[in-house]
Amino acid sequence: MPKPKRILAVSSGGGHWVELMRLRPAFEGHDVAFVTVNREYRDEVSGHRFYTVNDATRWNKVAVLWMALRMLIIVLRERPDVIITTGAAPGYFALRFGKWGTCKTVWLDSIANVDELSMSGKMSGRFADLWLTQWEHLAKPQADGMAGPVFQGAVL
Amino acid sequence: MPFDRLVRVVDDWARLKERDDVFAQIGKTDYRPAHIRFQQFLSPSEFDQRMREATGIVAHAGTGTIIAAAQLGKPLLVMPRLARLEETRNDHQVPTMRRFAERGLVLAASDERELERRLDGLEGFRPRATIGGAASDQLIAALRQFIDGA
Repeated sequence: MPKPKRILAVSSGGGHWVELMRLRPAFEGHDVAFVTVNREYRDEVSGHRFYTVNDATRWNKVAVLWMALRMLIIVLRERPDVIITTGAAPGYFALRFGKWGTCKTVWLDSIANVDELSMSGKMSGRFADLWLTQWEHLAKPQADGMAGPVFQGAVL
Repeated sequence: MPFDRLVRVVDDWARLKERDDVFAQIGKTDYRPAHIRFQQFLSPSEFDQRMREATGIVAHAGTGTIIAAAQLGKPLLVMPRLARLEETRNDHQVPTMRRFAERGLVLAASDERELERRLDGLEGFRPRATIGGAASDQLIAALRQFIDGA
């Protein structure tokens, strides 16, 4: 049996969280902690460490900074081996801070992003060791020439 | 964010059809329905309970709702929120709805008129597939492999 990894699973609320929950079989046998924006989701992951950060959009700089700070504290406290996120903003910060250390990181763009990648996804791609889209037609090089996300299946 | 357009249509429909078995979670919508029972917010367990009891679901074209309904095999009719009406921040719900409707997983209504028309047929709609509780085997396997190698 390989040694269990420490996983930090991060998402915003709503569909992002629903998608993250569908990934749980991939975490079996490992030590997983969860970070999201809604305290009420705690019951869905009882038995696991659970953190919340405030939700924030890019138009509210103070809220964004606060979220970033809280996420930094969580990442430092958890010291995960792997950070997995379905987005959005909380996931961006988790991956960035994870990359300051030795974390391996995964960004799974939401299945809702059908015609193009999410904005947070485009920003997070270079901090993701595994950058995933759930639509094959989006698995292509980016406008700036950077390698794009890959397709490895979807949550549905 | 509010979604008055959807709540109004369902309220009117319930009145016309004399349905007394309709319930709505209306969120930040200002409009107060006159013919259906409603609450602003449901806890996750209340929401789950209501979804399980429903014979038909009407909602925005959000992936959380679409996945929840598909997991329960419930007929779902969706209308996309629109940014220009300040119902959402961007119009991603429009292509989301289109893709899932193409796959036969939801009934689609682009606007209130279409929504009205499709409500009668909602409970008779059979989604093309019920989905399990987890992501595709391919995605789970890819993630497991990545985690094991980390």
